[in-house]
Amino acid sequence: MLEGSTKGVILSVNGPVVVAIGLPGAKMYDLVKVGEDKLVGEIIGLSQDKATIQVYEETAGIRPGEPVESTYEPLSVELGPGLIGSIFDGTQRPLEVIREISGDFIARGVEVPALDRSKKWDFHPLVEVGEEVEPGDILGEVPETTAISHRVMVPPDVRGKIREIKEGSFTVEEVIAIVDQGGEERPLTLMQRWPVRTPRPYKRKVNLDEPLITGQRVIDTFFPIAKGGVACIPGPFGSGKTVVQHQLAKWSDADVIVFIGCGERGNEMTDVLMEFPELVDPYTGEPLMKRTVLIANTSNMPVAAREASVYTGITIAEYFRDMGYRVALMADSTSRWAEAMREISGRLEEMPGEEGFPAYLGSRIASFYERAGKVIALGKEDRTGSLTVVGSVSPPGGDLSEPVTQNTLRVVQVFWGLEDRLAYQRHFPAINWLISYSLYLPHLEKFWRENVAPDFSANRNLAMQILQQEAELEEIVRLVGVESLSFRERFVLEIARSIREDFLQQSAFQEVDTFSSLRKQYLMLKLIITYYQEGLKALERGLSLRDILSIPAREKIGRAKYIPEEKIETLEELIEEVQEEIANKLKGEVESNV
Amino acid sequence: MYKEFTTISEVAGSLLTVEEVEDARYMEIVEIELQDGSRRRGQVLMTSKGEALVQVFEGTEGIGVGQSKVKFLGRVMELPVSPDILGRVFNGSGVPIDGGPGIVPDARLDINGSPINPVARDYPIDFIQTGISAIDGLNTLVRGQKLPIFSASGLPHARLAAQIARQAKVLGEEEKFAVVFGALGITFEEANYFISELRNTGAIERSVIFVNLADDPVVERIITPRMALTAAEFLAFEMDMQVLVILTDMTNYCEALREVSAARREIPGRRGYPGYLYTDLATMYERAGRIQGKKGSITQIPILTMPEDDKTHPIPDLTGYITEGQIILNRQLQHKGIYPPIDVLPSLSRLRDKGIGEGKTREDHPDVANQLFAAYARGREAEELATILGEASLTDLDRLYIKFAKEFEETFIQQGEYEDRSIENTLSRGWNLLRMLPREELKRIQDIHLELFYDNNQSSSSEE
Repeated sequence: MLEGSTKGVILSVNGPVVVAIGLPGAKMYDLVKVGEDKLVGEIIGLSQDKATIQVYEETAGIRPGEPVESTYEPLSVELGPGLIGSIFDGTQRPLEVIREISGDFIARGVEVPALDRSKKWDFHPLVEVGEEVEPGDILGEVPETTAISHRVMVPPDVRGKIREIKEGSFTVEEVIAIVDQGGEERPLTLMQRWPVRTPRPYKRKVNLDEPLITGQRVIDTFFPIAKGGVACIPGPFGSGKTVVQHQLAKWSDADVIVFIGCGERGNEMTDVLMEFPELVDPYTGEPLMKRTVLIANTSNMPVAAREASVYTGITIAEYFRDMGYRVALMADSTSRWAEAMREISGRLEEMPGEEGFPAYLGSRIASFYERAGKVIALGKEDRTGSLTVVGSVSPPGGDLSEPVTQNTLRVVQVFWGLEDRLAYQRHFPAINWLISYSLYLPHLEKFWRENVAPDFSANRNLAMQILQQEAELEEIVRLVGVESLSFRERFVLEIARSIREDFLQQSAFQEVDTFSSLRKQYLMLKLIITYYQEGLKALERGLSLRDILSIPAREKIGRAKYIPEEKIETLEELIEEVQEEIANKLKGEVESNV
Repeated sequence: MYKEFTTISEVAGSLLTVEEVEDARYMEIVEIELQDGSRRRGQVLMTSKGEALVQVFEGTEGIGVGQSKVKFLGRVMELPVSPDILGRVFNGSGVPIDGGPGIVPDARLDINGSPINPVARDYPIDFIQTGISAIDGLNTLVRGQKLPIFSASGLPHARLAAQIARQAKVLGEEEKFAVVFGALGITFEEANYFISELRNTGAIERSVIFVNLADDPVVERIITPRMALTAAEFLAFEMDMQVLVILTDMTNYCEALREVSAARREIPGRRGYPGYLYTDLATMYERAGRIQGKKGSITQIPILTMPEDDKTHPIPDLTGYITEGQIILNRQLQHKGIYPPIDVLPSLSRLRDKGIGEGKTREDHPDVANQLFAAYARGREAEELATILGEASLTDLDRLYIKFAKEFEETFIQQGEYEDRSIENTLSRGWNLLRMLPREELKRIQDIHLELFYDNNQSSSSEE
């Protein structure tokens, strides 16, 4: 950081936008301190000697003539041990610490470092003196939480010979290694900094071939997302976007979760804060909070910091990706981020594009999602890390033709379309199976075949066909009534209903139902498909629809979701039961005919 | 002393441009003295070297260029508070209008407040019994929630809100309760209805009322709800009271905001409303909640009328994205003579699941609620089908569901304006309805609850 920064003065104040004069050498996106309260802001426009600044805090009470100071550094985040389990605001100020300083309400101008400066971390080196290191190489490890070992990496701009490496307890600012970079000494600490608007570098991107397992049946079985993939969840209010996002944050088989509450409700963040330390990760057995980083810039917090929050979040996520972890990032909601852009753009009197959004909306959205992916990280050992991004979109009036949804759909590969009609029927997750899609299906085929069952995809495709058929048949019913349908068609309707109610519907609040393993999902669907196939055969052989629908096992299909994971084999027994009961009915039918 | 400026250079709508000003603060309060000696107040909306744009709360009538005097007061808009505000009526700018004495303030609070730190929040989990089945049973209100009523012109939202204010209680606890009522551009009759309802039940003693009527200054409407919420924060977090805030009608508020935005020539968002409408509404709605270690709470029930009954209009739409659910009133139900005409299907309480169930209401409550929703939705769908095809072409089961939907509306939703139902009463009404359906249809209900409540007809003897 350059010392002795010159001071400018404020010329005008208009909401979060401040114009200042007298900042020689100021660059775009430099961080500045505005006014006597030293509110944090960022330069977003330069014209001759005037700088336009977006301020991350409430500007009421600020007046022209107050000083402005530039740090001559872009908005950056601190990356090091202490990120996991923390909750930050949009510019990475730790909210816990802010509470200690300013009480229950967030005061302005509170200056606190993101990472705790006094806490000591145990550092175990993995390199030796004299070793050549390049960017991304792992210097050593810090057991950050019981779930995550923090790999301390050589920063992207350092390479050379290790001159000194330490072992023991250190704060994030103490030197743990010195690298000889062409004669120049580069002291390294546990912490490094990175500007949020610049994607962190990696060697190359690789193909996606593994699903992110979420434990949500409609997602994993029907519309899966790959690790390193991008998905969006648009839906009108009350359709359950946030619950889906929370479910993903809870049950995804990622190593690290970054959850960004961007312009949403304060109570939702509180919910996560209270629930995650209690909940246990089904994969590691550790509390979920031990793998989670939270960014909270709720709707009532300053709008400019909301704009920054998604970048803060994704930079932290990339950092863990570079360590070789599988990271999943949830941004709830990207519409609020876009609105923050619109608000700032409006104050700058920029020429608006569609619906008042700035013309660069599409490119900003695209470059944000492009930061996802599965990569070979920097460093000699070719670590693979992935960053999956799931963004929710809140279209006004639920109208998907609006600019944020449309620009998002252009870049994402998975679309989970939420619908209020389903929500009204309390069909949750309210993901409409007819409009949703996943372009990752072909890439994941091999994974299903090898890791779950050879007929996994076949069953899924058949179920999808049945649901499609249901939609067509319902059109007919709506026009001419159910009487006009054949028994076969009526049976299809019953099966479709069963797929919807007994498979797709999943309660986030019911202890057992909230998470289904892939094996359970496979067996549950196979159960319904078996009933369908056996039923069809029996129907052809003359058994009445009434008989097929009245087998006792049918009620058990409806309750299969409540079978706990440890008793999963009862599902296999249930499949046999269905086969037997239909066979028995057929036998009875044949005998009574004799 | 404050310096006076006589340098107004432009008056447009509710806005003044004042020149040759010495660095006005953003959002600073100004006092304008007219030639006749009367005073008005305003707020700085934009400030730059030597020039300030001022919004006048009470209208610009009579203000002249180069004649009226402007004084910058160096502080943002504040509300004087003390325990004595209870039982008082104020105008939309916080001046007493009930003939009582002025408030001797313990403190002056910035009406814009500060955001509650998400870390300091306590999650709302305490069930509030409103005595209304459609709310308690299906869209449960909890303490610290913000749950708006989406109404439309001609629907009884005022009566419903008054009933909630009358009957709301947390079971098993004696606590200090207060009502803060903010009237935003409503008629004298409607405001008077609320005030006399509060008076009749004696609740007026623990109420604070802010009134901006339809013929009061439009710009003042922008600060009225913030006044009300500042009073509510004081009562909840300084005086440990359980505060219920009723703001009506938020549609008028948003229209006032649009008017000001248009006067400032800002780039409009949807339907002419400013692009920051979401953020603006959020800074008010988010002032509901509970704080760890504090006894009090703020529960908000904002009321808004949907223009043309349209839920996708920006005002209800953005509100729904911020609030924790919504209670939607429906005209068809009103025509059927159902009170309260709450359309439970699109209504929602996001905090319901944490506020009900074992230890809070009753262990079967979540299942019953889900099943009632699902069954009623099916009944309504079947009804629609029946109007197209005639009932004869429906299956027996669908006909049963139609009957269910009708009974549901008549025995569950329908209730008296002064009928205060206990949660047990509401739930047994639910079970009475569910017993109309065959057991295998009740997929949302766990077996243990079916055994206890469905098979056991004893519980149908509701204590009415």
